[in-house]
Amino acid sequence: MTMPHTSPEISGMGHSMKRKEDGRFIRGKGNFVDDVVLPDMLFMDIARSPFPHAKILKIDSSRALATPGVLAVITGRDLEKYNLHMMPTLMSDTQMVLPTDRVVYQSQEVAAVIATSRYAAADGVAAVDVEYDPLPPVVDPYKAIEKGSTLVRPDRKDTNHIWHWEAGDKAATDRVFSEADRTVSQHLYLPRIHVSSIETCGCVASYDKANEKLTVYMTTQAPHAVRTVVALVAGHVGLSEERIRIISPDIGGGFGGKVPVYPGYVIAIAVSFLLGKPVKWIEDRMENLQADSFARDYHIDAELAFKNDGTITGMRIKTLADHGCADAAANPSRFPAGLFSIATGSYDMAAAHIAVDAAYTNKPPGGVAYRCSFRVTEAVHTIERMADIAAHELNMDPAEFRLKNFIRPEQFPYQSATGWSYDSGNYKAALEMAMMKIGYWDLRREQEEKRARGELMGIGISSFTEAVGAGPSHTFDILGLKMFDSCEIRIHPTGKALARFGTKSQGQGHETTYAQIVAQELGIPAAHVQVEEGDTDTAPYGLGTYASRSTPTAGAAGAMAARKIRDKARKIAAYLLEASEDDLEWEPGKFHVRGSPDRAKTIQEIAFAAYTNHPQGMEAGLEATHYYDPPNLTFPFGSYIAVVDIDRGTGEVKVRRFVAVDDCGNVINPMIVDGQIHGGLTQGLAPALMEEIQYDEQGNIQGGSFMDYLLPTAMETPSWELDRTVTPSPHHPLGAKGVAESPTVGAPPAIANAVVDALWHLGVRHIDIPITPFKVWKILREAGVRD
Amino acid sequence: MSKHSVSVTVNGTAHRSEVEARLLLVHYLRDELRLTGTHIGCDTTHCGACTVLLDGKPVKSCTLFAVQADGRSVSTVEGLELGGELHAVQKAFKEEHALQCGFCTPGMMMSAVALLERNPSPSELEIRQAISGNLCRCTGYVNIVKAIQHAAADMRATRHTPAYVPAQEPAQVSR
Repeated sequence: MTMPHTSPEISGMGHSMKRKEDGRFIRGKGNFVDDVVLPDMLFMDIARSPFPHAKILKIDSSRALATPGVLAVITGRDLEKYNLHMMPTLMSDTQMVLPTDRVVYQSQEVAAVIATSRYAAADGVAAVDVEYDPLPPVVDPYKAIEKGSTLVRPDRKDTNHIWHWEAGDKAATDRVFSEADRTVSQHLYLPRIHVSSIETCGCVASYDKANEKLTVYMTTQAPHAVRTVVALVAGHVGLSEERIRIISPDIGGGFGGKVPVYPGYVIAIAVSFLLGKPVKWIEDRMENLQADSFARDYHIDAELAFKNDGTITGMRIKTLADHGCADAAANPSRFPAGLFSIATGSYDMAAAHIAVDAAYTNKPPGGVAYRCSFRVTEAVHTIERMADIAAHELNMDPAEFRLKNFIRPEQFPYQSATGWSYDSGNYKAALEMAMMKIGYWDLRREQEEKRARGELMGIGISSFTEAVGAGPSHTFDILGLKMFDSCEIRIHPTGKALARFGTKSQGQGHETTYAQIVAQELGIPAAHVQVEEGDTDTAPYGLGTYASRSTPTAGAAGAMAARKIRDKARKIAAYLLEASEDDLEWEPGKFHVRGSPDRAKTIQEIAFAAYTNHPQGMEAGLEATHYYDPPNLTFPFGSYIAVVDIDRGTGEVKVRRFVAVDDCGNVINPMIVDGQIHGGLTQGLAPALMEEIQYDEQGNIQGGSFMDYLLPTAMETPSWELDRTVTPSPHHPLGAKGVAESPTVGAPPAIANAVVDALWHLGVRHIDIPITPFKVWKILREAGVRD
Repeated sequence: MSKHSVSVTVNGTAHRSEVEARLLLVHYLRDELRLTGTHIGCDTTHCGACTVLLDGKPVKSCTLFAVQADGRSVSTVEGLELGGELHAVQKAFKEEHALQCGFCTPGMMMSAVALLERNPSPSELEIRQAISGNLCRCTGYVNIVKAIQHAAADMRATRHTPAYVPAQEPAQVSR
């Protein structure tokens, strides 16, 4: 645990300061996109395709246009005139904004209706008459890449195979496998799921013709990147970057789903530009679930090679990724499969080889990393399931198997077989703490006793390594934009501060955490630091908040900007105290002359002097900006242990206990970190037991609302038991690592491992998540278990 | 579409409005009265972000029509703070870090208020049941349960004014 070393009044690192942002939310005074109302605002709603694949023969707007309140119907043909019917994806593919002749997924946007009220817009949508000629859809990615398969993207390629990508040393890995004492292999499917933030997506686009300025209030996690993309796409019609202002107001959860640019935003912007009036578009939940970017959808074949004593020697993975109708995954562009190559996890092994292929299918475009850094969830699920399968095959305890194979503390920085350099870690300490906290060996005895009585109880471990903080400019970018982040701090004459960042909170508590970072570095009370983000007209350029990058990148930028200010403050203090800079000592909040604690100047006195009495020749003011380019990712880690009881009659899995020991390096606000872990664990429980978007063979989505897309309520969610170890990042200015995604990544394999552990003696070797009661019930029936 | 006259007391203030029969209560509150604390998350009564109290009982305002509130009393998150003093539930949500993005929070708090009005000493299970119609994707519920326990203790220790104010005849006609 990081011990706070600033006073509670300053509330720097390690203080569980209550959140500055809470006041407006508990009063219902948050300002979310749908709360924004502008004079003369129009409303947009979207007509969508009932078919997953079809030719559009005709769009007849006449009935819609005759509907009271409807002003316009926009189709792909209308946007084509401005070359806005297609847009680039984050992976340099193209995606339809509105189709001109063909739809490629169910619920695809087909036409937009503009009206004077949201009800009139919905009336108009119901009156848009579209004549379709259905085409056979391609749903299964394995079938999609077969020769002769129906083409999803004839405009793009003559095959549905998008790309092939490899990492690691294939020859060395094959050699390790041929020499291994034993190997295990398993097919795993990480299903298509959806982030389902409670706030859906939307925007209010407002083009001011008089001032030639576009302002867009938008549910986006990356406002600056969106501004650049809009300028690149629409520069030819006069929307250059200085004329575009993107404002992310309060955001009701993002989890990666608010990184992509969705067609609705583009249409609303285009319509506002053409009509010169503000246009509001807010999607409903069904649109959100059925058409916004999905997550996962990885079909994985994994193999693990090991010695008879349990030492892992190598890993081999082949994966097919279902990308839907466009390669629109939110990944750094150099990593088409994201950070899936981190799949060797927490284990030291001689060789590994990862191969990933991607396929087009008739499903929505995209692929976001639902609360994870670019497919680390898929990677961790694979290695943690494989570790358990190997341990069970050896009749070795899964905890002992892990302890035997962990990368040891003295091996850091550790070079992984797939090319990653882990910064720091102490995996053994985290697992041992989790085992002690949960009473691991007592639980194993209880399990034996219960098994003898025919009861089904399982214990599952996941000892994950995350890779967060994207990222170093030498390897990380979005559409060519390097993934640094930024902070600008201004100290006012009265010693209060304004700090602006290039990231954008969606509930992570940046207004508090960032204030604490500035407080830590300058000694200005966190309460006196106003934090702002999300307005491209005022915030410095940054790449936004996702992949747990805010503390590793923008938090670091905040610390570095504050240190620049401290350097200038030292000069001013030396001038005021008539002392040499070298003779001054810093403690949070003031400089004093070494050996004379009474000869001191506080940061507030220095701030006032910076505007009233600064040294001759020195620039006035006390402010600094820093663009932080991290030298490496940070690698938080943890060990989670789940205990499950399975109902023999219904197959229902109950998570009885769940202990999570996390290590995210030095902790800025323990309360906020614990809150992030609680939420992340719940978003790990959800895909483990409930969440899945399924399609039938005709490409129809099976469950496009919360009626059938199940999310955990307070009834299913256990009382999480948390603890932590602290292994600082050696390269981060605060020794911090980032945390929000670790629990989402780490929890599903712990739960899956616990369920398989409970059923291993019945011959069960693997169950794909979500582990629903029906799946387990079928397994129990097949194994002859009845209640 | 025909208009209907409705009289609704919202947070103690009487309003009379002309509304379409199909206008949802949540849109009436958000768009007509500009009380934007009540949010829309799902349209199918599952997420609870739109929870308000109708005559003191929690309801999902996204699946009720404004005309169904005619002659009745509605309490929203904006009515929880009285005379500059936050409601015990509001204070406890901040104190126990029971919110993150804050989008589900108003609905979650209204469900909590309704629970505590009828059951001043709920068990953990009763709390979990009472908020099981309110989805939250950020907090993992642990701190929400703690906050409701905390608020319950505060409310038992001090007298408090109920959030529910009975319907009254409108003194003025809004809009």
